[in-house]
Amino acid sequence: MMRHPLLSVKDLRVEFPTRRGALTAIDGISFDLREGEVLGVVGESGAGKSITGTAVIGLLEPPGRIASGEIRLKGERIDNLPPAAMRKLRGKRIGMVFQDPLTSLNPLFTIGDQIIETIMTHLPVSEREARDRAVALLEEVGIPAAGQRLSAYPHQFSGGMRQRVVIALALCAEPELVIADEPTTALDVSVQSQIIRLLQRVCRDHGTAVMLITHDMGVIAETADRVAVMYSGRIAEIGPVRDVIKSPSHPYTIGLMGAIPSLTGDHDRLTQIPGSMPRLDSIPRGCAFNPRCSLTMDRCRVERPDLIPAGDSHAACWKLLETEGAGR
Amino acid sequence: MLAFTIRRLLQAILVMLVVALISFTLFRFVGDPVNQMVGVETTPEQREALRERLGLNDPILVQFGRFIAKAAQFDFGTSYQFRQPVAELIGRRLPATLELSFVSAVFALLVGIPMGVYTGLHRDSWLSKLFLSISLIGISLPTFFIGILLIFVFAVTLQWLPSFGRGDVVQLGWWSTGLLTWSGIKALILPAITLGLFQMTLIMRLVRSEMLEVIRTDYIKFARARGLRQRSINFRHALKNTLVPVITITGLQLGSIIAFAIITETVFQWPGMGLLFLQSVQNVDIPIMAAYLMLIAFLFVTINLIVDLLYFRVDPRLRVERAAH
Repeated sequence: MMRHPLLSVKDLRVEFPTRRGALTAIDGISFDLREGEVLGVVGESGAGKSITGTAVIGLLEPPGRIASGEIRLKGERIDNLPPAAMRKLRGKRIGMVFQDPLTSLNPLFTIGDQIIETIMTHLPVSEREARDRAVALLEEVGIPAAGQRLSAYPHQFSGGMRQRVVIALALCAEPELVIADEPTTALDVSVQSQIIRLLQRVCRDHGTAVMLITHDMGVIAETADRVAVMYSGRIAEIGPVRDVIKSPSHPYTIGLMGAIPSLTGDHDRLTQIPGSMPRLDSIPRGCAFNPRCSLTMDRCRVERPDLIPAGDSHAACWKLLETEGAGR
Repeated sequence: MLAFTIRRLLQAILVMLVVALISFTLFRFVGDPVNQMVGVETTPEQREALRERLGLNDPILVQFGRFIAKAAQFDFGTSYQFRQPVAELIGRRLPATLELSFVSAVFALLVGIPMGVYTGLHRDSWLSKLFLSISLIGISLPTFFIGILLIFVFAVTLQWLPSFGRGDVVQLGWWSTGLLTWSGIKALILPAITLGLFQMTLIMRLVRSEMLEVIRTDYIKFARARGLRQRSINFRHALKNTLVPVITITGLQLGSIIAFAIITETVFQWPGMGLLFLQSVQNVDIPIMAAYLMLIAFLFVTINLIVDLLYFRVDPRLRVERAAH
């Protein structure tokens, strides 16, 4: 029997119906995630990174909905599960970490209450076992004196500590996949890398795969195995981190890489991609990036490119066909 | 926490002193108490003697001090019209009003909160729309009209429930209760609904709008992402976060329920303080009016104090940080 990837997304389309017709937020994206793998998802705000994550865990805010495509977890479709079945899967098989740890925890319940309730919802354990497990988890994510801190309320923790608690909460029922939606964006710069390293370590120890949504290329370079670059609701380029960073193929990725300041000496001005990402209701014909691209050809303005192999990665750019001389 | 309680207690005492001053000035400036007490044919000498005996010739401050000292012992003097101690009159009427108010408040909470949660969670269901329409009626119709409407339907037409009075009461010490007899409970239903309907709709709308706000927060999204049970998310995680404003409003409203039971008591001929107060206004019975004022102020102040302390129970962020870290 063929081994299924842990998560497999095929031709996913997410739409938001509005009075003036449906807006397509995600337009036919496909990617796989293997067990224990860390997939970075990068892109500007509004590229559809977060929506992809919420679609996978089944928490799209109505009226947003999956219009077509499928999402499979270990081969089983999960995008059309009834709400009750999906509820059981959340937390148990797919966990999620949100952006802002200051608002992710319920202010009126102790940390212990929140972890123990989550554990007992998903695992057949007694309250005592759940408590022991909660203490072990808090220790694992680096909360000192975890046993006493169970009875503390969220406001008694700092931002970084709260994000550690959030990570413990997302992992407390041993999910196979964690979707981390900009887990460090709201944090102080000084604790960002600590939290990223913690997330990476804990997930490696538990064999949990991570879909790491961020706009920080540095974080991706440090943590991810593979990276998907999103632009205007589509994947512009996807491949192993090393390849995408060292030799990006898509002009947009090249632009992104040029915008990262380097520590190694050269004091050139950072490149900047002119213009901004199109709004959902005015995505240009052809390649959505064509108005900002310096290499636009006639074809780019008419026909939309699919992912084309480029070395070990894939990029959605017509230029690839040209350079390889394989153009039709 | 203790310092807070003491501070609030001092504030409460200050408020009570101000109200006492107002009650006291009623005696001084609304008519002449001596005129109220004596007959037409009393001679000026007799009046002056009475004035002296009542201490009305003493300096104002001394009189006020005496008023407070007596009020603190529940001595509000003698009613002009009933010739009985005011404290006794009110004490006899108080249980009826408090029972009515309490049952109304419980009704408003037990019905209003679930309706608010439901309409907050299912915004577009037809049942929510029905509840909201009903609540509009509750808010817009005057209390006396609702009372008369209920009497017409349930007492006159259907003849299920009595239209006036308290039914049979049982005496427990000085407290007379209608809650222990079947006829007492039946007599309580219509007035309690009449009095509580407005509060119920208010609470329902308040809980609804708070719920709408809370279910959009990150911690509710995160609770969903952890796969917690829907019921736990709605009634544990979300509802508790709506409670601070609900407690505030309910506390204030409970005070108003007691104070403004007057209309309901009139409509249902309920033998409570409201009815007594109306009679005392008609007869310029100042001792009763003054005592009523003091009592209502006392109830408001007490309820507010309880509300402030309840905040601490509900919201840990208000509690004083423990020294542990």
